[in-house]
This record gives sequence, structure tokens and C-alpha cells, in this order.
Amino acid sequence: MADLQATLLGGEEMEVSFGPQHPATHGVLRLQLKVDGERIVNAKPIIGYLHRGTEKLFERETYPQCIPHTDRMDYTAAATNNQGFVGAVEKLMGITIPPRAAYIRMILAELQRLSSHIIWLATHALDIGAVTPFFYTFQEREKILDLFEEYCGARLTLNTMRIGGVPWDLPEGWTERCRRFVEELPKKIEDWERLLTNNRIWKARTVGVGVIDAEKAIAWGLTGPPLRGSGVQWDIRKVFPYDHYDEVEFDIPIGKNGDTYDRYLVRMEEMRQSVRIIRQCLDKLPDGPVMAWVPKVIRPPKGEVYFSVEGPKGELGYYIVSDGGVTPYRVRVRPPCFVNLQALPEMVKGHLVADVVAVIGTLDIVLGEIDR
Amino acid sequence: MADEKENQSPPPPKKPWEEKPVPPQPQDAREHPLVLEVERACPGRVREAVAFAGQITLKVELEHLLELLAALKGLGYAFLVDLTAVDWKDRPEGRFEVVYWVHRFADSARLRVKAPVPEGAEVPSVVELWPTANWMEREVFDMFGIYFANHPNLERILTWEGFQGHPLRKDFPVEGVDTGAAIYPDVFPPGGGPVKPKGGA
Amino acid sequence: MSELLWTYVGIPLLKILVILLALVLLAAYLSWFERKLLAYMQIRLGPNRVGPRGWLQPIADALKLFVKEDLTPGFGEKFVFLLGPVLIIVPALLVFSVIPFGPSPNLFITDVNIGVLFVLAVSSIGVYGIILGGWASNNKFSLMGGLRSAAQLISYEVPMGFSVVTVLVMAESLSLVRIVEAQREAGVWFIFPGFVAFFIYFVCGIAETNRNPFDLPEAESELVAGYHTEYSGMKFAFYFLAEYANMVVVSSMATVMFLGGWLRPFPNVAALNFLDVVPPLGWFLLKVAFFLFVYIWFRGTFPRYRFDQLMGLGWKVLLPVSLVNLLVVAYFVALPRGQV
Repeated sequence: MADLQATLLGGEEMEVSFGPQHPATHGVLRLQLKVDGERIVNAKPIIGYLHRGTEKLFERETYPQCIPHTDRMDYTAAATNNQGFVGAVEKLMGITIPPRAAYIRMILAELQRLSSHIIWLATHALDIGAVTPFFYTFQEREKILDLFEEYCGARLTLNTMRIGGVPWDLPEGWTERCRRFVEELPKKIEDWERLLTNNRIWKARTVGVGVIDAEKAIAWGLTGPPLRGSGVQWDIRKVFPYDHYDEVEFDIPIGKNGDTYDRYLVRMEEMRQSVRIIRQCLDKLPDGPVMAWVPKVIRPPKGEVYFSVEGPKGELGYYIVSDGGVTPYRVRVRPPCFVNLQALPEMVKGHLVADVVAVIGTLDIVLGEIDR
Repeated sequence: MADEKENQSPPPPKKPWEEKPVPPQPQDAREHPLVLEVERACPGRVREAVAFAGQITLKVELEHLLELLAALKGLGYAFLVDLTAVDWKDRPEGRFEVVYWVHRFADSARLRVKAPVPEGAEVPSVVELWPTANWMEREVFDMFGIYFANHPNLERILTWEGFQGHPLRKDFPVEGVDTGAAIYPDVFPPGGGPVKPKGGA
Repeated sequence: MSELLWTYVGIPLLKILVILLALVLLAAYLSWFERKLLAYMQIRLGPNRVGPRGWLQPIADALKLFVKEDLTPGFGEKFVFLLGPVLIIVPALLVFSVIPFGPSPNLFITDVNIGVLFVLAVSSIGVYGIILGGWASNNKFSLMGGLRSAAQLISYEVPMGFSVVTVLVMAESLSLVRIVEAQREAGVWFIFPGFVAFFIYFVCGIAETNRNPFDLPEAESELVAGYHTEYSGMKFAFYFLAEYANMVVVSSMATVMFLGGWLRPFPNVAALNFLDVVPPLGWFLLKVAFFLFVYIWFRGTFPRYRFDQLMGLGWKVLLPVSLVNLLVVAYFVALPRGQV
């Protein structure tokens, strides 16, 4: 039947270059699409347009100098990037950080997760044609950025963690403002969900689109919400707790069908869980110093270490090889987006062009991290 | 509050974060249950097992690499976390080292597998075992120039086709080189590298 | 002689000129209205720099488009590329020649006795502008946008036609003026007996004008800008203008056919006579404005349908429903006359 259709209807394939300058590719991703009419026959991601050689640069900089470079990888989640890198170096040097520093890190990381998920929701909805959520969500993100700015002076590239702790204590009144924000946010999240979750068109566009089952998700190495959306309960914060994540309570939301809608629900629930974590952190925030004793010159011993954190996009790992010098011998970043993007051809095959946009959105990729 | 207390009572014992950090030491991990399990599944292949900072590294010869990794997959390590390489420049047993980092969901066990790779040697591809290795191997090829045998589509991924050199090799200068790849020779005269124009316009 | 010339050439020309200018201005200000309204829905301010409250923004936009470089893609079909915007703007404006804005003959250009057919026929020409424009651009995204648009327009024309036939059955005339008069005689707007038809008509109207949630042909996140990706300057302005003009057409038609045109609510209830302080033209514009508001409201609320879902909705839902509705309405129109 399909063959007959192909002969009768021509079945001529067209190649479309989707990106690198395209409104829906979230940066400079290029997809070489083979389409039969509107149906995707094959999709080939072409990346590297934003390659800046970050891993090479790491080898030249001293350890503290590396931290700003991590900001610029996943530029929507600078704090979690910092957290991974400093955590790796601390693990390599055997540094224990003061509890207050750990809690501040957790607050910052969860705020960052919220901000990253907000960007995801805004752009994902925009790609599927809903314009309004973009503005509603960005209003809240603005408040998070204000909190960041108040803490460290920067809004996007935070550079807010140091090896051995955090550089400053929280400014006066920050915790109250942060608390006010997290008290208000769940109501806003409900607002956003009211616009989308039960929206008939939203469901039509996301349910059953970009399905990937648990087994395949693991084989393709997906992590983060895409893996959880497929029903695998897996979160680095629970499995290999870093900082003091073992002292706070939170749930890992999982999906059932592994489609775009489930991943959407997972991320929405994750936002609520982040709010929950921040609340607990603010309640438990201990007193004390925010920096551990660290040598003036950071010179980790010979050795290698892999340390990963649960970034907003998935497992963000740093593999640091030290030769005992002041600069790392080799730093490998395990970029979650890079690995997640790899599954895109698998997820869009047989779908329509419009679904490609939905799947790109649901993978929540950031090209700064993919290309490094 | 805290200041007053310190003034009145004798100084409390130092907290762990006030002490000089004690770096982790490498230990032999031959007897670790995870290593023993691997040893049973694939006897005699693990050349060395080291535990460092709570992470276990298995060292293996290149010719036994695929066998060991397949055995690990069979042991339930269904998730390839990461695949990368390190350039050791002048090391006698082989310039490069490929590093695999596998994970098992059942008990959250993680193992690192390393194998030395002499320059020019081909590493067996593990795309058959873990599809996710596809792009990672491409990246290692792109950055280090390590060839992977039986890889379905071994082409450059982060740099452009026609780029000469492999940026993460230690002898590749950070400033960049004249790659010789002039994409638009009429617009950008040859001689200009990706980073540092040398002489040219 | 000169009197004849005045009656048959002068006055119509003057009317045409006035309506044309008003229409173009209306379409331009509709864009301001949309931006402002959408902005308020999205907690922002919208245009507020050019003139007080941004009132001059459409003028500034028009000026900008006038002086923009007019590009023609190198491998495009040059003549057809030029033809596209013409084919879309002319029908969009032509339709207004039969739309009655008010009861007096001065408030419409002409009353054609096949007004409804004229509107349907002329407005369907617009699709050629889209297809040809998309094809002549020699751009894959434009082509896909053009094809989507063609499929969409054709499949939504059918249920729309049936819902219009429902009105014709009730009004027993094809003249738009007669349709309004019939609503006065019936004492009720046709929206009440023909609610289903009205609903189908409006949904199809949104689809025909390529507006959200049916804005697939120009879905920005998928097809860049759809069929007008390669257009710039005045040619782009024509597409832009035509889209807004078409919105006004659909709204006006909906007003005339279902909301009693220039009639006030419940035209036969004497107790509501005080509503006559608003002139008929005012009522007409008010109703049209309401429809336009709904258009923008939709845009602020809904995501976008997918192509196949859109087709499915058109053929599998709207078409059968419109057919059944037509039968039901026809039965109830014929029943009291003993024609069944």
C-alpha cells in the first residue's frame, strides 16, 4: 500500500535545511531534513557552529579561572554548571565545604533550575504557537535574575561558586525576598498550566509526539527530564547526592509514555519540587562561614575524578584529570544536551515538520553546551 | 551570637572545612565486589583496578577492550555515561587513553574503563553496545584523531569538514593554527586561521 | 449629462475612494489594535513610542515598508513573484464593494443580488496570491507555506459554504442587504436559529484568514515566515494588509449574516428603542470590532494546530456537522410553510 502510494503520488523527497538560522532551533542547530511532503524521512543534526574549544581553554586556565568558562556552556543554567565544576575539584582535593555554603549552593542551583525550566516552557510553548506563556513566564524569570543579581552582581553568567564554597554570604534580606518569590511561584505555575495542560490543541500537539520508551532512552543515554518522562526514576540528586541534597525532601516526577506531553508534565512538576527544595533550604539554612579553608594556590593531587550534578537538562558531568599542576591536565564535560540531542532523529522519524519543532523544544537543548 | 560564644569558651574543635583538605589516595581495588564481579564475567582481562575518591577505574589493554565492555553490558551496565579520551603525549604505552564510564541502574554502580591507545591504532567502536556512543566517538575522533573501527559514520562533529588538526591534542596550540581549510577563498584569502590571522588580510 | 456622469461615475468613485482609504487605514490600525491588545493580554505595554500611546505606529510601519529595499530572490520567478501580492490584495479590497455598512444606499457601494456568491468567489482568488507567491519565491519554506495554505483554504471553503447556505435558506436571498432586512423582518438575528452555522462559519473564517490557531502557512517556528518569507518592502506590506483586510471581510460577513448587520439588538422590540442613539454604522462597526477582538483574543490564547490535525478537523468534523446543520435548518424553515 505504501509502495503504491509512493508510486502514484510521486514520493519525491525534498531536502530542507532547518537552521542554523531558524526561529525554532534555539541557537545555531542545523537539521538536515529529508521530507516527503511534510513527513520526515530522515533528520540529521549538524552541530558545531558554536564551538569555542572550552575544553581546550580549561587546559590553559588555572582551576579558579575555569569557573567563568563553565558559565558559558549552558548559558541558561550557569549556577548548576559552576556547581558541577567546583564539586569535581573539591572531590579531587578532598575539600569539605561548610554547610551554609552547601545550602546557598543548593538554593542557587534550584533557582537556576527554575529559571532554566522557565525558559524551556516559554520557548517550547512559543514553538508550538502559544505566544502568551512566554511573557507570563519571563516575568517570573526576571525575578529570579533579580535575585541572582542581588547576590552576585550578574544575571546570566553568574560565576557564583568558588572551590571550597561560595564567594559571599547572602545579602541582607535576600532570604526573605527569595522566600516571597518561592511562595508566589506555585500560583504562577498553576496559571501557566491553566493555559496549556488541558488545552485541547496543546494536547493534540504533544501527546504521542516524539515518543521514546525507557529502554531506548537508556540506550541513547538520555538523562534528566527526557529520561524521567520515559518512566525511569533517576535523578543524580537522589542517587549520588551532592552538597546537602540528602537532607531535603523532594520527589522525582516521572512520566509514563515518554512523549512530549509527559516530559512537559515532568518539568512542570520539577519546578514545584524545586520550589519545595528552596523552601526547605531557606528553613534549614545554617549559620557559619561560607568558604572552607583552601590553599592560596589550588593544586589538586595527581588523579582523576568524575563528578556529576543533576543539571536542568540532565546529568552534567565533569571528568577532571590532574597532573598535580595548577591547571587541569584535561577536563571533559559530559554535556547532557549533546547526548540528548542525539536521540532526535530517532524521535522525529515519521512525524511531520511541525513535530520537529515540538521535539527540539521538548529536548530542551542549549547549543552553547552542545558545541562547547 | 557566634562571636560572643567564641570569646567566652575555649575554642571548639576544628570543623572539617577549617582543616587542611586531605586529598584522596589511590587504592588497589582488586578485591572490590564490583571488580570481582567483572573478573568473574571476563577473567584475566582487567590489568589493574584502582579506587580513587570512591570511583573505580579498570585498566585494560586495547585488544581486550571490546570484550570487557561487552561483558560489562552483559552485567547490566546498560547506560554509557560518558566516553572520552586523554592525550598523554609522551607516554610509552600509548599516547592516548580512551575512557569509558558505564552505569548500572539496578544498584547505581559506576565503573570507569580505560585503555591506552598508541597513535594510529584503531579503537573498536561500541555503537553496537550503546547507540549513544555514536556522537561521543565522533567527538573523540574530531578532537583527538583517534579512529574507531566499525563506526557507522565517523566524521567530524564539532569542527567543520576539512578542518586540519585535532584541537584537544596537546600539540595543538590554543591560539589555533592555519588549518588550510579556506571555505571561501575569494572572501577570506588563505593564510587566515580560525583564530589568529597570520599576515593575511 | 453631467448629472448622469455624477450619479453613475462621480459618486461611486467617491464612495470607492472613501471606503478604500478607510479600509486601508482600518487595516493598518487593526495592526496597532492587535499589538496593543495582545500586549495588554501579555502584561506588556505594546507600541508606545511613536505618537501618543503609539497611535502613529502604523504610519511609521507603513513608511518603513515604503522605503525598504524591495528584494526579488535571484532564482525566483520574477513576474509571478510580483503577481502574488497583487492577487492577494485586490480581491481582499474588492469584496468590500458589496458589503453593506448601513441601511442607506450611501453606506455601501452597490447591492448586488448575488452578493454572497460574489464575496465567496472573489475572496477565494486570494489563495492564488499565496500559492503563487510561495512558489515563485523559490524557497522551500515558502513553498511549503503556500501548499499548506492552499490545502487549508480549499478544505475550509466547503464547510464555510454550507454554513453560508444555511443563512441563505433562512433569508431566501443572496443579496447582503436583503439578508439584513430579512433579519429585521424575522425580528431575530440569524445567530440564534443558526448558531451551529455561525460557529462553523467563524472557525472556517479564522482558518481562511490564516490566523491563530490555524496560522500554519506562516507558522513562524516551523516555516520561518511561510509563503512571504522572501517578500520585503511594499510587497510584504500587501500581504500584511491583505491579511488584516481579510479579517475585516470575514468579520463583516459574519456581522451581516449572523449578527444583523447594522441592526441594533432585537430590532423589533420597541422597549429597546433607546439603543437607536447609536447610528446603524456604529452598530455595524461595533460588531465587527467584537469579531476582531475575538480574533486577537484567540491569538493570545491558543497554540497552533498541526497540519494533519487541521485537515482532520476540516473534513471530518466541520464538513459533516455543517451538512447536517443545513438539513436541520432547511427542515425547520420548510416545516411551517407545509412544504415538507
